[in-house]
Amino acid sequence: MRRHWWKILCIVLLLYNCIAGLLVKLPEVTAFETSNLYESMRNFFFHVPMWFSQFSLLTVSLVYSIKYLRNHTLVNDLNADEFARTGVLMGCLGLVTGMIWAKYTWGAWWSNDPKQTGAAIAVLIYFAYFVLRNSITDMDKRARVAAVYNIFAYFLYIPLIFILPRMVESLHPGGKGAEGNPGLGGDSLEPAMRAIFWPGVLGWTLLGVWISTLRFRVRILEEKQQQQVA
Amino acid sequence: MKQLFFTLFVLLCALAVQAQGDAGQDPHAGLRAGGKIYVVLAVAVTILVGLLLYVIRLDRKITKLEKKL
Repeated sequence: MRRHWWKILCIVLLLYNCIAGLLVKLPEVTAFETSNLYESMRNFFFHVPMWFSQFSLLTVSLVYSIKYLRNHTLVNDLNADEFARTGVLMGCLGLVTGMIWAKYTWGAWWSNDPKQTGAAIAVLIYFAYFVLRNSITDMDKRARVAAVYNIFAYFLYIPLIFILPRMVESLHPGGKGAEGNPGLGGDSLEPAMRAIFWPGVLGWTLLGVWISTLRFRVRILEEKQQQQVA
Repeated sequence: MKQLFFTLFVLLCALAVQAQGDAGQDPHAGLRAGGKIYVVLAVAVTILVGLLLYVIRLDRKITKLEKKL
């Protein structure tokens, strides 16, 4: 049980995030008076943690790829693959939830906003990682090429998600110049909302790590089974 | 695990029965308060708990397999 403390923490945080996120009283001015967010402001507790979770998972994947290049073990390669997979899943969920939210605040599912486009390209770059992996049959070669590509992908992902959308005008909060929703910019976030948001980020990240480790353990089992057959 | 599922099932049934009992009474009491946001809460928490239970079961299954191989 002692090894599973973080899984319990994950469950507790997610339940807290979900319950408190739906029940907390929203700031009257930012949610209702100066924006068209209304109750949809609660999406902040669920949509944004997807991206934080993706960022954490892809960073873990990057670390395993670098570790692989230093030390060629199957464990490093499989970990890099599975963490990237869960990270991309979180990114897709972030994109879809963002589109639903955008429909009811910006008026369209997709407005070719820099943030949307950047996030979509970032996800596509990671799709290419999986395509590349699966196109090489030799295991050592696959692991090495994939590790190098993963490092390359990560350093394209960072500017696409964090830097480029901030340098241009964007409907998304955090853009340059006029912001679509003034509500969610750093200072106007109420302490009560922060107290729900950050535990939520940790909870969703832990869930992503949990799923990645499960998939990693299945891969190891598959490898062992193949060795037994051979 | 089965006991846990059974307990949850009974609890949900009890909740449903209670909701039936409330019908025709105060429209702003119990789960109906606050524009029925508590109904949304119940749905969202049910989904979350369901998914988490699924992941826990998966975890146990894999642990069992690891011990076998």
